[in-house]
Amino acid sequence: MRRIHTEEIRDAVYKLAQRACLSLTPACRAAMQTAAAAEKSDSAAKFSLETLLKNADIAAKEQMPVCQDTGYAVILAEIGQEVFLEGGFLGDAVDEGVRRAYSDFYFRKSVCDPLTRVNTADNTPAALHTEIVPGDKISLTFLPKGFGSENMSRLYMLTPAKGRTGIVDAIVETVRLAGSRPCPPVICGVGIGGTFDICAFLAKKALTRPLGSQNPREDVASIEREALEKINSLGIGPQGFGGSTTALGVLCETAPTHIAGLPVAVNIQCHCMRCEKVIL
Amino acid sequence: MKKVKLPLSEETIQSLRAGESVLLSGTVLTGRDCAHKRICEMLDSGTPLPFDYKGQTIYYAGPCPAPRGKACGSCGPTTSARMDSFAPRLLATGLKGMIGKGERSEEVCKSIVKNKAVYFAAIGGAGALYGNAIKKSELIAFPDLLSEGVYKFEIEDFPCIVAIDCHGGNIYSH
Repeated sequence: MRRIHTEEIRDAVYKLAQRACLSLTPACRAAMQTAAAAEKSDSAAKFSLETLLKNADIAAKEQMPVCQDTGYAVILAEIGQEVFLEGGFLGDAVDEGVRRAYSDFYFRKSVCDPLTRVNTADNTPAALHTEIVPGDKISLTFLPKGFGSENMSRLYMLTPAKGRTGIVDAIVETVRLAGSRPCPPVICGVGIGGTFDICAFLAKKALTRPLGSQNPREDVASIEREALEKINSLGIGPQGFGGSTTALGVLCETAPTHIAGLPVAVNIQCHCMRCEKVIL
Repeated sequence: MKKVKLPLSEETIQSLRAGESVLLSGTVLTGRDCAHKRICEMLDSGTPLPFDYKGQTIYYAGPCPAPRGKACGSCGPTTSARMDSFAPRLLATGLKGMIGKGERSEEVCKSIVKNKAVYFAAIGGAGALYGNAIKKSELIAFPDLLSEGVYKFEIEDFPCIVAIDCHGGNIYSH
């Protein structure tokens, strides 16, 4: 049994939030550079991608948030079952890390009551997902999730008859219907299978995979490739200005499902992919 | 790039064409979902507004807090489509410009032409770059809404693309 104090988790969340909101992931930055080079010179698409690369440099140099939507603080915690958590409650520690980071680093507080719309003023609560895993370590992943893209996400409860074609169509349709609204080029996190809720979680979890990585299952990886190719022939382009880059990647995760169903969740992420991980 | 002064003159609005890139300088007011809802409720009840948007440009944005030494924190555009249900009413009562990101509804496009206004697309996600182009910031209404309140910004060389012009040109109809 290994003891980890929840204050250590609070401090880890604080540092992850700081690092995540101030920089794009290296894989995302590289993908944007490739995309900018591929767009036609003097096009609005190229102008927007070049502006975004300039923005990422300014953010890094001046320690400013890359995007003002510093997001809903989504945290995936994989907790080894041999870990004994001591100190205060885990959820409180995570929220305290978020609260301190969003205040100290001038991040926007974007969480409010769904009906009264009154802002909680400190960006809490975090969306904390915990999973118990083998071992004696804790892995924390921080994904500040902007809602311009979150709003464009969809969940399909397909019939098994729709199969692989239905899955690809659902991914492409989600991006087509989103159009220029979610800040394309986007990244699609896709959950395939599970139940209604597991499917949506898988879509979110898929977004924490590095851009450019492939699902180890070849039949799943081929869905990722085909959906990406079809999305990039939609012509929406960066910011919806037209062009060849509408998505930077499609990342799929699967789970067994019921014999009667084929859930597919598509979680849209804007080009501002920010994600940081640490293992305690 | 063409330089455009805000508030917009009628001649400027007439000269802008969808697809051209511009650098905006001058005054803008911010407004997001909650501020728009409140403005329209005040118009409904005949309550005087704490500011006048006639002839002005509204920037759909909610800034990060300003760090020491800066007028404003990161502040890129938010999705304009969420303001589509309010925009025609504001355009009919004198609003001349909008800055945001993404396509607009058919009704907003018609209203832009009818009221001789313009919609600029800022580059979504370029929060740090736009934050630096904001030289002065003053919270002028609805402080309880925090970042969703109405700010008056003085902006300088703020890069945008003319997205929908007063002649019906639309960059999103490609």
